[in-house]
Amino acid sequence: MSISRIACAGLGLAVVAACAVAPTSPERSPLGGYGRAATARELAAWDISVPPTGAGLPAGGATAKQGEAVYVAKCVACHGEKGAGKPADVLVGGIGSLATPNALRTVGSFWPYATTLFDYVRRAMPITNPMSLSDQETYAVTAYLLHLNGIIAENDEMNAKTLPQVKMPNRDGFVDWSRK
Amino acid sequence: MNRTKRDLPKPTTSSRPENPRAIDRRTFLAHSAGLAGAAAASVAAPARALDDVSPWSLSPGKPMSGYGQPSKFEEPVKRFVVQPYGAFGPGTGISRTPLHALEGTITPNGLHFERHHNGVPEIDPAQHRLIVHGMVKKPLVFTMAALARYPMTSRIYFIECGGNSNPNSMSPKPPQLPAGAIHGLLSTSEWTGVPLALLLDEAGVEPGATWLLAEGADPVAMSHSIPLEKALDDVLVAVYQNGERLRPEQGYPVRLVVPGWLGNCSVKWLRRIKVTDGPMQAKDETSKYTDSMPDGKARQFTFVMGVKSVITRPSGGMKMQGPGWYEISGLAWSGAGKIRKVEVSADGGASWTEAALQEPIFSKSLSRFRTPWEWKGGPAMLQSRATDDQGRVQPARAPWLAQYAPQQRYHNNSIQTWAVSADGSIANVYL
Repeated sequence: MSISRIACAGLGLAVVAACAVAPTSPERSPLGGYGRAATARELAAWDISVPPTGAGLPAGGATAKQGEAVYVAKCVACHGEKGAGKPADVLVGGIGSLATPNALRTVGSFWPYATTLFDYVRRAMPITNPMSLSDQETYAVTAYLLHLNGIIAENDEMNAKTLPQVKMPNRDGFVDWSRK
Repeated sequence: MNRTKRDLPKPTTSSRPENPRAIDRRTFLAHSAGLAGAAAASVAAPARALDDVSPWSLSPGKPMSGYGQPSKFEEPVKRFVVQPYGAFGPGTGISRTPLHALEGTITPNGLHFERHHNGVPEIDPAQHRLIVHGMVKKPLVFTMAALARYPMTSRIYFIECGGNSNPNSMSPKPPQLPAGAIHGLLSTSEWTGVPLALLLDEAGVEPGATWLLAEGADPVAMSHSIPLEKALDDVLVAVYQNGERLRPEQGYPVRLVVPGWLGNCSVKWLRRIKVTDGPMQAKDETSKYTDSMPDGKARQFTFVMGVKSVITRPSGGMKMQGPGWYEISGLAWSGAGKIRKVEVSADGGASWTEAALQEPIFSKSLSRFRTPWEWKGGPAMLQSRATDDQGRVQPARAPWLAQYAPQQRYHNNSIQTWAVSADGSIANVYL
């Protein structure tokens, strides 16, 4: 209160009345408005998340055939040959196993959306050098993993249009608990 | 032992002098005063000869310091670090808070549990930005200096990882670990920051928006979807932890704190909030942190952490110091509200006694319970069972486990049993 009065002292009678009231009302704080407008360039660079609709997927596209070389160069050390796993997660197999005592949850058997695979590879992989894959390489390795799981053919191109249309085997395997 | 907290006998230790050594010290002083006139020239020598004068009292101590550290005798009190990917991903894993070595309810900042997906980034706060965009009228960028000008709120909340206590659900035999190494993906701090609602209000949420994505600046850009309703309710954009700026492991310079919800939502190193009309279906809300059921389906967005408690003292790996009275001390919490009641059993759940709850009791925060217990020297099974103000009751292990698919690793809020043997040793057992 006293600080704001000092600040307002030289501003004339009309504003003194307003300044003296403002700081005492917690419901309508005079504080705020310290953010600045985001630029179009910032929004384009920062928005890397891909929803199931595929909105925001980049241009380009690639096939599993092209993805094998990327996988061998960048992924095999952690995820094993053909996605067999160790030391990191198994990426292939387990389709149909989820209701059995030996459920194997992989990209193929468990992940509900193919867009999640592109999103996660682009933001986080490879773990030693995240965000180092080009969009083309990301499409390629995404296609390779979908093909290893028998979900798409070797020459099916994954791009902004085709990737969101891929129906994952466990697409309907999740129950929304957010309202429980 | 069906007593109420009022008629429980006090532990016998309370009738003893607070510090037996104080008596010895007074006796020594009276004695040496009588000798003072006779041996004035050599006062120091007889003092050192008496074994109740401690050496640290006889020479100047260490000077002041810029940032204090725990006593070197507390060196064993450390987080339990687990690196499941070893050298391939040394920063991928967890460390658990040593709950059994702590008291009260607040976790020291250096002992707050960690869950990192690719290490702790070293973020320069002068370079860091938080962007709020998506379904908003005005996409905004906040520097840390700008954020610091907003009105702040301080709240005491626990954060619990969705996978806490999973050693007790994943391991076929009860793991013989201290309480913290089983249940320590749980910590509590006083968090200070800006209500997320305030920043969303400034950006102007558009009609039709229902969710948002929170994203970190760590090298996996860890992200999680959160319903807008929760974001506008009690979520904090936190900058301070227990009065000081966040520790790097806790999201320096800015993180979300999503009270009562699974820890993965409380995104650290927060750099982006995108307002949306549905969940993003990120990797950590689909392939992980979903609860697999026996029919092969998985429950998704199981946000609220269940009502839960654990006895931290006496607990696994400790040893009773002979028959007599002991204080049972433990922690209770609920992601849905306040703890209303904690009951304690010494016979594996056959009979229960209501423990005293330490005030103040905060919503979505840890509460400390205590009750005196006489160990007569025989076998005992110690358990605690919490009830929250929504009427939710902590389940026993078997019915909790039976709900889920085998190896389901999230939301284990079942009752912990500590078995005291006749020799005073304490083990983890499944009941």
